[in-house]
Amino acid sequence: MTALLRTEGLMKAYGGVQALNDATIAVEQGTVAGLIGPNGSGKTTLFNVITGYERPDAGEVWFGDRAITNLAPDKVFAAGIGRTFQLTRIFARLTVLENMLVAAQAKDRPRNLLSWFGRDAWTHHRRHAMELLEFVGIERHADLLAGSLSYGQRKLLELAYVLVADPAVILLDEPAGGVNPTLINHITDRIRQLNAEQGTTFLLVEHNMEFVMGLCSTITVLESGKDVVSGPPDIVRTDKRVLDAYLGADLEEDPR
Amino acid sequence: MSKVLKGVGLLALIAIVIAFPQVYTNPAVTNYGVFALIYVTAASGWNIFSGNTGYISLGQAVFYGSGAYAMGIAARDWNITGTTVFALLPLSMAVGALIAVPFGLAALRVRRHTFIVITIAFFFIFQLMAFNFSFTGGSSGLGSPFLNWPAATYNIPFYYIALAFAAGTVAIAWLVRRSRFGLQLRAIRDDEDRARGLGVRAMRVKLSAFVISGAITAGIGAVWFYYINQVEPQTGFDPLFDLTLVLMAFLGGYGSISGAVLGALIIEPLTLWLNTQPAFSGGSLSEILLGGIFLIVVLFLPRGIIPTGGELITRFRTRGRAAIAPATAMGSNPRTAPAPSSIGGGASGGAQ
Repeated sequence: MTALLRTEGLMKAYGGVQALNDATIAVEQGTVAGLIGPNGSGKTTLFNVITGYERPDAGEVWFGDRAITNLAPDKVFAAGIGRTFQLTRIFARLTVLENMLVAAQAKDRPRNLLSWFGRDAWTHHRRHAMELLEFVGIERHADLLAGSLSYGQRKLLELAYVLVADPAVILLDEPAGGVNPTLINHITDRIRQLNAEQGTTFLLVEHNMEFVMGLCSTITVLESGKDVVSGPPDIVRTDKRVLDAYLGADLEEDPR
Repeated sequence: MSKVLKGVGLLALIAIVIAFPQVYTNPAVTNYGVFALIYVTAASGWNIFSGNTGYISLGQAVFYGSGAYAMGIAARDWNITGTTVFALLPLSMAVGALIAVPFGLAALRVRRHTFIVITIAFFFIFQLMAFNFSFTGGSSGLGSPFLNWPAATYNIPFYYIALAFAAGTVAIAWLVRRSRFGLQLRAIRDDEDRARGLGVRAMRVKLSAFVISGAITAGIGAVWFYYINQVEPQTGFDPLFDLTLVLMAFLGGYGSISGAVLGALIIEPLTLWLNTQPAFSGGSLSEILLGGIFLIVVLFLPRGIIPTGGELITRFRTRGRAAIAPATAMGSNPRTAPAPSSIGGGASGGAQ
């Protein structure tokens, strides 16, 4: 198996806080990988560095055999890495369908300035966008302003418009955060389906252990910006370092 | 509104604006028309950039003044006179576009308040340059070549040139609005970082809109200069120009194409009329009044006439029917959610 997405020794400090401290992870092609860790362990920072929103102080990000360290977010997306945000970010004053089309048109780059003004290519984009909205189950809201969607629906919209460009890897930041169990099951099904049918690779950050353990084939645990353990759910679940990271280490055993 | 009705309304509007100087031939009246159209162009040009991206530019006077000076300097140095001077309009627009590139590259790196402050800083830099360079004529500014047109009909050609600019700008604004380019601009307005994460090359897109806006404003600045025959640093690079554009756009409806036009058609004739009233000697009282209008708009009509009016019309037409079911009220499982009783109406009412 080859790692489709990997980071090597990523370092990132905000003032005195070392958010990432030699973070090295690898996501195998065609898997659903999980990234867990206590609050403030650097999960979102790692996502931001991978997708170009933050520059690492040191270290590298590899996408297949291509180094994508320090690439701008739009280039990272064009390379085939899509992401969602922890607190969903949608375009509130565009309609749901327009939200979808923002990503759609980024995919086929306009050949010249004039084609920026054309809408010739929109028909098939529209159809594709509607299919994806149907896939996540919010197609009937296509003409509503995205700002009027509920939080759960926004999560679905965010997943849908990342899918528009058909990325090879999708990074999900807390896809199950703040949504009800029914919707969590719905999202789980969609992820499984994409992974099985299209071979899309996922890397997701989540605090809901049931969700992570049930969905991911590999889990990496991050603590204080450092990957402490990585492996299948059963191994990770019982690893002492993981329990320490989550429950706090015994004072006598921990020299710090 | 049905498409036919809209088409008829548009044709009627076109007929009225074309016939206006033929019906009201008094130069004092056509003067209102010329200035109103100049500001329709400038406000719509502002709107193409600021209305779509949410970046409020208070540096449009940089383009307005530069366009005026470009025409004045070129006509003086190349000894161009008479109607041939109008051939310099594309040059003025090119100058505006060229200035917009470094201006935009510097200012568009920052957002919100910082962006506004930087546009103001650029504005003062240009005003100071106009004051201090010798080729700009210093504080006395530049005069334009003399046009030996009779006073009675002098305004009319300018009216039609300004009308062409206004119509062209509204057409560009409409093309931008319906295009992928416009969608990217509005995505940037809502959440620029998210847009970048979806492959929108934000800087390039923003800068393109800024350049379009700069070229239009410079072009109409040159028309203004030739119309009033002179430009000085404090009139070409006038801080009130920027504030007026913003007021027009906010009064009519921020981000709406017809809003910018409507705002300009209300504010500019009003200002001109107030300045001719003896009670408002010197025009300073009209500026205070404009400030008052701004306050009223911000407090009571924050979204402007067009969106608010659109909402009222929608409410009037859909009265008695069930309210549009907001998506938030549908429970959290979208698969079992009931279909909204009426989609569109209020949600899309404010868009244009």
